[in-house]
Amino acid sequence: MKERGIGILLLLAALGALIALGLITYFIFQAGVPLIARVGLWEFLSGMRWNPTSKPPQFGILPMIVGSLWLTVGALVIGVPLGLAVAVFMVELAPPQLAMVMRPAIQLLAGIPSVIYGFIGLTLLAPLVRAAFGGPGLSVLTGAIILGFMILPTIIAISEDAIRAVPLAIREGALALGSSHWQAISGVILPTARSGIIAGVILGMGRALGETMAVIMMIGNSLDIPTSPLQPATTLTSNIGLELAYASGPHREALFATGVVLFIFIMILNALATTFVRRPVLSRSST
Amino acid sequence: MHITLRHSNPELPRGARPSARWRRLLLLWLMLLLVACGPRDAGGITVTGSTSVTPFAEHLAELYQHAHAGVAINIQGLGSSAGIRAALDGVAEIGMSSRHLEPDEASQLDQIVIARDALAVIVNPDNPITGLSTAQIQGIFGGRIRSWDAVGGPALPITVVGREAGSGTFSAFEELVMKGKPTATLALRQGSNGAIRQIVAQDPNAIGYISLGIVDSTVKALAINAVVPSVEHVEAGTYTLVRPFLFVWRKGQPLSPLGQAFVDYVMGAAGQSELLKAGLVKGSTTP
Amino acid sequence: MSSARVQRLAFGCIWAAAILTIGVLALIIGLIVWRGLPSISWEFLTGSPENLGRDGGILPTIIGTMVLGLVALLIATPLGIGSAIYLTEYTYESRFTRAIRFCTESLAGVPSIIFGLFGFIFFVTYLQMGWSILAGGLTLALMVLPTIIRTSEEAIRTVPQSYRDVSYSLGATRWKMVTTAVLPSALPGIVTGVILSFGRAVSETAAVIFTAGTALNVPTSIFSPVRTMAVHFYILAVEGISLEKAYATGTVLIVTVLLINVIASSLITRLVRQRVRRS
Repeated sequence: MKERGIGILLLLAALGALIALGLITYFIFQAGVPLIARVGLWEFLSGMRWNPTSKPPQFGILPMIVGSLWLTVGALVIGVPLGLAVAVFMVELAPPQLAMVMRPAIQLLAGIPSVIYGFIGLTLLAPLVRAAFGGPGLSVLTGAIILGFMILPTIIAISEDAIRAVPLAIREGALALGSSHWQAISGVILPTARSGIIAGVILGMGRALGETMAVIMMIGNSLDIPTSPLQPATTLTSNIGLELAYASGPHREALFATGVVLFIFIMILNALATTFVRRPVLSRSST
Repeated sequence: MHITLRHSNPELPRGARPSARWRRLLLLWLMLLLVACGPRDAGGITVTGSTSVTPFAEHLAELYQHAHAGVAINIQGLGSSAGIRAALDGVAEIGMSSRHLEPDEASQLDQIVIARDALAVIVNPDNPITGLSTAQIQGIFGGRIRSWDAVGGPALPITVVGREAGSGTFSAFEELVMKGKPTATLALRQGSNGAIRQIVAQDPNAIGYISLGIVDSTVKALAINAVVPSVEHVEAGTYTLVRPFLFVWRKGQPLSPLGQAFVDYVMGAAGQSELLKAGLVKGSTTP
Repeated sequence: MSSARVQRLAFGCIWAAAILTIGVLALIIGLIVWRGLPSISWEFLTGSPENLGRDGGILPTIIGTMVLGLVALLIATPLGIGSAIYLTEYTYESRFTRAIRFCTESLAGVPSIIFGLFGFIFFVTYLQMGWSILAGGLTLALMVLPTIIRTSEEAIRTVPQSYRDVSYSLGATRWKMVTTAVLPSALPGIVTGVILSFGRAVSETAAVIFTAGTALNVPTSIFSPVRTMAVHFYILAVEGISLEKAYATGTVLIVTVLLINVIASSLITRLVRQRVRRS
């Protein structure tokens, strides 16, 4: 009898994640979808003007979508080559003692609060960018560099797992056939680990798309559609974070609608990533 | 038959039977939760709203709490619209606003002008410009004037910084300066006056607008139409970029004793002199 | 280019990448700590902020951070461990368990601003909790739940099947078996996940601002608003209130995260040693 009761309790606990996700989806959609319906999905997604307090208000989020895309691509440009290189380093090149030192260092990189990253971008990198390239300094470039380092641990961890998972036989086979270490890595090991690496990249992309506070601090938040990485921009996330506190009525609905769009983007990305790989968390610490 | 397995794991404290330990853990957990659920808002009030008003309200709340031990005045800077909304919904006892109330808001709220605040247009101290006309400011923030040499400065691009839609300061600037003309999409947006001040202080080409009360030596306030922003000029009526700082609360619902005491303090001689010291202009009981 | 030359070039780039990564970490930590350490004193850690944070200390934010993290863990840990136990010990792999796993993975990927939006609209407004430790704690609990479920599941799965078999053969019921044979061995792994989740809760900002608020007073009950160190750092930094105090707060933040990481990784090494001992 007690066993049955405990079983039910545990079942309820397991349903927790399901209920949570359901609640989140329901409330966010309920708050945002009516506005999308009123404005029109196409007008909402492709509208170039975001002017929620004008009469009549304009709710176009194209600048934010473009901004998010620019920033994410930029972060991947910085983060993926670096992350992949460090992952290869950890598995193939690093002497064991060095690897033992690097691992906690990478975990620490993952643990640093995002607002500190944003602060560094705001006070250290932006003035540098301004001095080097002119303009306000707060720009897609600044954001991409810092965000690239923020997603680095994710890409490193998953790529490392993928590279380690390559069977020894394949690795040794390549070397036995006369290839150099690098040729084995680039020609055989990395391609074999490809799907895992892609999963890491997709998860990194999701992380970059979802970052808010650091982005608000670094990217300038102008409503222009950026045409160069030196220009400031706004992302879906930074717009919500910036305006939510002050918004009411249709304005607030529009921000939730932006949240709906963001939510869907990221759910698609996450589903994509999980089709590629599922990794254990305790073999290396989670981010 | 019911046998208790005495699992000799060195991690476990000796002695306690496992099931008794779990019961103790559960009890501890319940107790913690119970203790945590203290009385709701034991002797405290929440004042929510405009981030422009927040620093001054926080300062006054600090002084008040020093003088009267054991009371809690929680100031929350989340924006004029949010503050008005919170007061209307009853989530906060007092709302703070840095803009005039809309007619439908005014019909449901009592309001009091705790102070009047001038908006100052600021530039970097290294900028040679000392004053602009309203038309020039409209041109700059409207995106038509892009370079400082068009207004008598060096041939450098202007970095325009403003607030985001929904902010009381933003509405005040739109109403008093832009007079219906929209702010350009190229303008950077920041979430608070302090953030604008910080950016203008760091970027020699920047221009922005903040509350006169927080202008300090890191930025330079411009004369508008040859009138320098100062408390004297505001009181004389020659500097017209002025907006009210409001405390609002639900009409027909009397304030709690603490709420009333705080409002009396703020409107009394002591509170008003503090606000004057901080750079604001005297308030009044009617807007 | 000869393959040897190519390899030298490639490996050189890779080494450079590794050095760059470590270098950036050192730069970030060094910059914050170097500028922040001089401002840290006993008064700073135990005093209240004066003048909006320009002077004084950060005690309310330290308290706020710890309490918020604690509440989040109090809620998420039983839920997460219970969930993990159910998924590993009480059912077979089925469409149902796959659905739950999908929900858990999805929850893990939801960005923090969405949690902030949800917490604001559901806990703060709809359930009328106002900006409070409760609202913030519940929201954070949802954010760390996937991590606790994942790490607990992994930890439970590594317990050798022999433990369970012995327990059953001695007549234990399933729950008795779980609490006496499985959980004690899985404990280090589970606790590691809990500690890592605490680290996540400490660093979180976007979700906390919109649910726990930004008020600077020491919280008096679970319904009081509270400001965490991360939020305080954000406000100080962005509004230019005091760069000096911002650096100091950032230092305390980084030291806290460092401590959490150190504790967690020492637990992991103990866990690995345990597994080696067992096998």
